[in-house]
Formats: sequence, structure tokens, C-alpha cells
Amino acid sequence: METLIMRQGFGVLPAQTETLAVLQVKRLPLRSYNEASRDPKSTPLLRRCSTDPGSGRVARTSGIAGSSDASVHVKLIVRGKMASLSVCQQSCGGFSFENCKRNALLESEFSKQGHYLPSARKTGTTICGVVYKDGVVLGADTRATEGMVVADKNCAKIHYISPNIYCCGAGTAADTEMTTQLISSNLELHSLSTGRLPRVATANRMLKQMLFRYQGYIGAALVLGGVDCTGPHLYSIYPHGSTDKLPYVTMGSGSLAAMAVFEDRYKEDMEEEEAKQLVRDAIAAGIFNDLGSGSNVDLCVITKNKIDYLRPHDLANKKGVRSGSYKYKRGTTGVVTKSVTQLDLEVIDEVVQTMDTS
Amino acid sequence: MGKQSVVNRVMNKLSRLHDNVFCALSGSAADAQAVADIVDYQLDLHSIDMGGLPLVKAAANMVKDISYKYKEEMVAHLIVAGWDKSKGGQVYGTLGGMLTRQPFAVGGSGSTYIYGYVDSAYKKNMTKDDCHKFVSNALSLAMNRDGSSGGVIYMVTITDKGTEEKVILGNELPQFFDD
Repeated sequence: METLIMRQGFGVLPAQTETLAVLQVKRLPLRSYNEASRDPKSTPLLRRCSTDPGSGRVARTSGIAGSSDASVHVKLIVRGKMASLSVCQQSCGGFSFENCKRNALLESEFSKQGHYLPSARKTGTTICGVVYKDGVVLGADTRATEGMVVADKNCAKIHYISPNIYCCGAGTAADTEMTTQLISSNLELHSLSTGRLPRVATANRMLKQMLFRYQGYIGAALVLGGVDCTGPHLYSIYPHGSTDKLPYVTMGSGSLAAMAVFEDRYKEDMEEEEAKQLVRDAIAAGIFNDLGSGSNVDLCVITKNKIDYLRPHDLANKKGVRSGSYKYKRGTTGVVTKSVTQLDLEVIDEVVQTMDTS
Repeated sequence: MGKQSVVNRVMNKLSRLHDNVFCALSGSAADAQAVADIVDYQLDLHSIDMGGLPLVKAAANMVKDISYKYKEEMVAHLIVAGWDKSKGGQVYGTLGGMLTRQPFAVGGSGSTYIYGYVDSAYKKNMTKDDCHKFVSNALSLAMNRDGSSGGVIYMVTITDKGTEEKVILGNELPQFFDD
């Protein structure tokens, strides 16, 4: 026999018990044990629903004297097997294909009714990076597309990995977001473990090994740049897990337009302003010549001692200001007569629900 | 035809497995890089275990084992070459998970264009400079004909005295008939 103590809220017993009992515990004002159980007018402590009466299981409740914070602890005693408190089944390694059948069913149901399942949002992007004298400049546009429609006019594609490393992401928006967050988290733990500032090569290794493991199904194409104790580094990482270490890289649907600018004007050991201008121009080439890229230019300048996260750096596509207005001035329509009628409303029911807003 | 573009025109396809063993990558970049990284790691441990430089055959065997085990899933061919005390200079091909020791080996999409050239130009016991010319000529011819090959030539020479890496830039490539 196991007991389960729940405070206010919903408690769900796992399916192993063969009895799915959804219990709602309501908060009561401070009362003693006896009062709470004997008072007929009190709101029900527990409501049992969808329990199987024939299963022979009993759910008994008993109230316990409330604590000073005016809530009531409820002790629930359920006879029979009970595996664990968690709702989800513990996954045991490998991929879980449990939802595939359900998804296939949903898809057929939806298409029968003429609806379409939402598709993964891609960023149709231009991202690029360049190594200059003191560090790295990363650039990105800010348009996110869903098919042929712009889903987000100002999304942030330059993601934080560590204080000295940032990463631009092209491809599936969710994949780039989650992948960079995962590696950022792991890198922080790694950095605490080693006691050192993380290196760009480490982030590169972690990203490439993870993407290779998923054989290209994670659609994340990344431009990783940062400055560490060994100097400034720039990597481009592809969804299948291959990486290139280069002085200038571009990715995304606008990569060819941006690369054209780089191949023309890149020089070794540029100054910061020159590098920023070059990246800005490369992203602008992508924005104006590629349908999947648009809106503004975001830049991130990473040097040994500081980060400049310039969002936006260049508002290349500011919305125009209307030169005229079709609004009519107040008083254009003359008022002829005015009459006010009071409506007779009576209060039928008033329910007051106290909330603990402390 | 799908959108194709050159994403890196200066990729170094020679990967170091150890000080005296290098491998040449071809096929899927991701697969090839992953295999090279794994074998780099395993060879490191192996050479620490054995207390010295590894045999080229050992490195080639490691590459072969991975290539054979994941034959269905991977598209990559690594040519392993190096120098060791027992057999001197060696070249091993690992295509499809097979291990063959060869006097010379060619691989990749551009290799089909130069089988005739390498078969006719190769001679036993060439000098180092002859070998350099042989390799740069062969690669140059392939780069001229194959659309997926081009850029620069990376060359690594491994001898008992050590390893030296060389890059031949576009304007220094040997010139052939090219209308």
C-alpha cells in the first residue's frame, strides 16, 4: 500500500494502476481535521472521476489539520499497485516511435476534412561570418518564412553559446534554436568542469558530433564564431555534420549572394569598421537578392574583451510612413438629436472567489 | 538538377590520423570527417598502449572496420597512407570495407578520369620529386575534367624523417591541354 500526498492541484495516477483517477484538490480556509470532514457545506475535498468501481480499488481520503498558510494537505490512500509519481513513461534509450501511428492517423483525418498539418518553419536565411584583425564579426538577416509567407519580420538568428562564442543559424528555425541551446548548456557545464573559458573548437566538436548522430534529420546549418585563448576562430557546420574552418563563411538561401560580396572584398587582417561594413554589405546582398531573406541586418562583433550584439545594426527595410490620412475629423458629421435611455438590469447571482494574492 | 554550389573551395581533404599516418577523404564530407575523427582518437589510444608510433596497417584496419560495419549507411572512401619502420612507405585502399595494399591509389569522383594516366605514368622506385610530379599531374588532370574537383592541391609527404605539408595554388598548377 502506498500513500501519495498532494497539495492543491491535479494529481494523475499513471496507467499502471488500471484506474485512472483524476483528483482535484480544492484549497480550503484554515479548519481543523474534524470540522473539514464533517461540514457538509464545504467544497468537496476530492472528486473522483473515471474510476472503475468494479476494480476493487478504493480511494479513501482524510483531511489533515491545515498549516499556517491556509491550505489543506490531503492524504490519499490507494490500495493496489502504483508504479511511480511521474505521468510519462520513463524512456529507455534510443528513439521513441510511439507517436508515429497517432501522427499518421491525425494526418489522414486532417486531410479528409481539408485541413493541413502545420509544416516546420524554415528561416530561409542569409548568415555569414568573417575573421578580422582582433576577432570575429557575425551577421544575419531577420526574416523567418513559412512556405511563401513571412512568419516573423524580425527574428533573432544570432544565438548565444557562451560569453565568448556566438552562433548564427540557418535551416529549420526550431532545430537551430534547440541545438544551440543544448550545446550552450553543455558547454557551460564543461567550462565549469574545466575551470576555463570554452574554446570555439570544443563547441564545433560538440555540434558536429550531435548533428552527425542525427544523420541530417536535424536541419541546422550553423555559422559558429568566437574568440578564445588561441585566437579568433570561425566555423561553418552543415546539417549532416561536416565542418569547415575558414576565414569567411556564408550559409542559407542567400549564401551565394553574400559569398559574392566576400570573394570580392575580403582582405586579411581588416579593421573593425571595415569588417562590419563588409558583413553588412554581404547580408544586404542576401536581403535584396534572395526571396527567403529580408528585413534588417543583425551583427555580432566578438573580440577578446567585449561582445557587441547589434540588433538591429541596419534597418534596411523600414516600413514607409504614410503621407496622408483617410480619418475624418471629429465633428465632420453633425449631431441632430441626442437621447439617453437607462437600461434596467438587476443583479441575479454574485459569486465571490477569494484568491491568495500574497 | 538540384541547386549545387561550392561551399568551400580550399578544403583540406588530407586528415591527420597520427604523426606518421594520414588519410585522404572522399565521398560525403560529414561521413568522412566523422570516420577520420574516430580513427584519430582510437589511434591515439592505440599508440599510447603500444608505446610508440602506430603501424600504417593498424590505422588502415581501423578505418576498414568502420567502413565495413557501416557500409550501408555511409558514403565515404578513405585512402590511408604513411610510413612505419616495419614496411616503410605504404598505401592502403579501404573502399567498401576491403583492405588492399597498393603501390598507389586514386579515389573520388575525379579518379575515373585519370586511371589511364596513373597506370601509364607510374614507375616502381620513383624519387621523391618524381612522386610529387606524378601526384600533382594526376590531380591537375582530374581537376580540369571533373566538375566536383578543383581549387588547390594539398600534398603531404611522409618519410622516416617526418611529415611535410605543401599547398600548390591555382596559378602554380601544372598546365595541360585546355582549350
